[in-house]
Amino acid sequence: MERNEQTTAGPRLTAGAIAQKYGILIALALACVTLTFISENFLTTRNILNVLRQTSINGVLAIGMTFVILTRGIDLSVGSLVALTGVVASSFATTATTGFIPGAPWPALLAIAIGLVVGMACGGVSGTIVARFRVPAFVATLGMLSAARGLTLLYSGGRPIPALSEGFRWIGTGSLFGVPVPIFVLLGTFAVAHFVLTQTRFGRHVYAVGGNPHAAKVSGLPVNGIRFAVYVISGGLAGLAGIILAARTGSALPQAGIAYELDAIAAVVIGGTSLAGGIGRVSGTLIGALLIGVMNNGLDLLGVESYYQQVIKGVLIVAAVMMDRSKNKQD
Amino acid sequence: MQPVLEVTDLAKSFSGVPALRDGRFRLQAGSVHALCGGNGAGKSTFLTIVMGIQQRDGGVIRRNGREVSFSSPAEALANGIAMVEQELSPVPAMTVAENIYMGREPLRSFGRIDFATLNRQTQDLLDGFGFAIRATSLMMDLTVAQTQLVEIAKALSYDAEVIILDEPTSALGEAEAEYLFAAIAMLKQRGKGVIYVSHRLSEIFAIADSYTVFRDGRFVQDGAIADINKDQLIQLIVGRPLTEEFIKDNTPSPEPALKVTDLTAARGVRGISFTAHKGEILGIYGLMGSGRTEVFDRLFGLSDAKGGSIELAGKPVTIGTPVDAIAAGIAYVTEDRKGSGLVLSASVRDNLCLATLDRLSPTGVMQAANEGASAARMIEELRIKTASDALGVASLSGGNQQKVVLGKWFLTEPRILLLDEPTRGVDVGAKREIYRVMSEFAKAGGTVLMVSSETDEILGMADRVIVLKDGKMAGELRRGELSAERLLHLAA
Repeated sequence: MERNEQTTAGPRLTAGAIAQKYGILIALALACVTLTFISENFLTTRNILNVLRQTSINGVLAIGMTFVILTRGIDLSVGSLVALTGVVASSFATTATTGFIPGAPWPALLAIAIGLVVGMACGGVSGTIVARFRVPAFVATLGMLSAARGLTLLYSGGRPIPALSEGFRWIGTGSLFGVPVPIFVLLGTFAVAHFVLTQTRFGRHVYAVGGNPHAAKVSGLPVNGIRFAVYVISGGLAGLAGIILAARTGSALPQAGIAYELDAIAAVVIGGTSLAGGIGRVSGTLIGALLIGVMNNGLDLLGVESYYQQVIKGVLIVAAVMMDRSKNKQD
Repeated sequence: MQPVLEVTDLAKSFSGVPALRDGRFRLQAGSVHALCGGNGAGKSTFLTIVMGIQQRDGGVIRRNGREVSFSSPAEALANGIAMVEQELSPVPAMTVAENIYMGREPLRSFGRIDFATLNRQTQDLLDGFGFAIRATSLMMDLTVAQTQLVEIAKALSYDAEVIILDEPTSALGEAEAEYLFAAIAMLKQRGKGVIYVSHRLSEIFAIADSYTVFRDGRFVQDGAIADINKDQLIQLIVGRPLTEEFIKDNTPSPEPALKVTDLTAARGVRGISFTAHKGEILGIYGLMGSGRTEVFDRLFGLSDAKGGSIELAGKPVTIGTPVDAIAAGIAYVTEDRKGSGLVLSASVRDNLCLATLDRLSPTGVMQAANEGASAARMIEELRIKTASDALGVASLSGGNQQKVVLGKWFLTEPRILLLDEPTRGVDVGAKREIYRVMSEFAKAGGTVLMVSSETDEILGMADRVIVLKDGKMAGELRRGELSAERLLHLAA
């Protein structure tokens, strides 16, 4: 007798339901199959590794963004943090004599650690402003977007930091077993993030805070601490992305990373994470980032102008969210 | 006399599962007709079809004898049927007048809104029904009861002859409800037909003329309220005889469990002192704004403390945050299940485990087996009806959702249970289950503090009642001295 009016929410394994549940994965598979048929250059080891390597930076950023968006937040500052952390880390890793860090280049690991700490610190500032002072995330991180870019230019004097040490560059250009290092970084980040979100207490907290902050608070969860932590994670991962980018380029550019936050948000949204918080998976984000990567690569291979690529990406983002909406329209 | 609304054999299925099989209803002009049934009886489906929100699979709807079919709520409104939904949705920053005539504002040249006419028209409407509300007030400045009256005024502004009220008192206190009942009486006098949906049977006997009962999507019986008593009606709703509405077999001990002295909060609580004992169910009664919810918020560390001391089992404790309260063995089932009780986007299991994540994951890594076992234990003990603990909690009925909130707290093994309106929006069968759980908790030595605006519930369950008024104690009544009149007298 408790069968109620909402029975419709039950699982129905119709073709439509499957298409909606695995829509992004199917889209990625379709894109790959199609590209395999129309371009002989797509399905080659070299090209696939290339796509993965190109996706690594956006993928890492998007994974951090997923944590933030799951708590109903947003982090607009990651693009600027990519530049700031790249420049700061590189200043410790440059072999150029004009460097202003005494004794540079420092050991690569130390330079990398400094980059990560700078990213986490900036994330911590955003997180404090959001959690403690209750400023909307959009505003707090918009401020950080501008401030971090300014700090980058101040720190570097507006000039690139060239001639990075061999060891530092390895993280962007090296390879293990024939696979570029950034791909390992991306997959490693994904594995850790996936574990944290699905298997740990902190992961549950993130979903609960995004799903219903009031209920989370009443249930004794450290809501402010969780809000703070997700921005630290996002900032730290922005640092990781900034280091990879600088290492790959061989020099850190203060103009790097402009608008990267938009691609990261796009990957999260395409991956099915709700901007309203509480719903989403980091695996969806990875697939979303890969879809963007494959699409960019495929359109390149087909010789489509990059202007069109932007239009197509825009359509993809909106289409993904529309599909999501139709899935949840039962209310 | 021809009914203003007559429905026969209404049927509707969702993906093959029938929610309504033979909805039948006859509404006479100038009467209040209660539509009764448990959760899942098909009431909501019935109402949404009548309002044109959903389309029927079969059956006939006649309005004044003429067969009708609505494909949208706008068509239902145009045919004189209006519904005031349970969840009100005003635009808070707009005025009463703007809300009532939204989309139908009187215009002047160049598409400008004629505010003078709009406000006058609205004020006439409100005054005409004796609602003491100003047309130019902002919705956010109104009380819940006033907001409800505005929604009713909006329904009436469409010249509706059939007015559907879906659980209109679920957010109201007793005194506010009286205003609403007065308004309903007037609607009746003016020849309107009112369909009234409520889980509160005492209200149905107070204001309705006739009843219709649905159960499991089927029409069961209809008739005049005068020809039926409460027990018979309950039996029709649940489909089996219920011996007793309330279950209570706890005995309070003299041992104090919670002692508060001069409790004060930044808002709403001004120097309250009382003691609750082990094994006791202590009722807290008061009108809206009396500080009843604020006392709980203060005890649970959700509001800013301004003074007062709390002793648990003789030991003084400081409670500044919910974390402190939970550690001290206090659990709090809030009044607003969806707003602060449940994470609606999460599963039954995740919700059950929400307050005990620390215990379930000593290392920080979740142990799926622990979680599964905890959830399974609560589902069994509280008889939560769900196909699986992986199901979204949003798909459960109100009563089962409330049990999930209770289960979440029982897992923390509390000594003190704060219950704020524990049976709001819960059907008769599930209410009994909740009473059983309360009683068992107290019987096992726990202490229950229960806020309820249903006098029957207080009278049925409490061993002792403290009455609040304006954030202060207005009196205390033992079980033997309890009566509805006394409670109201102290509270008002």
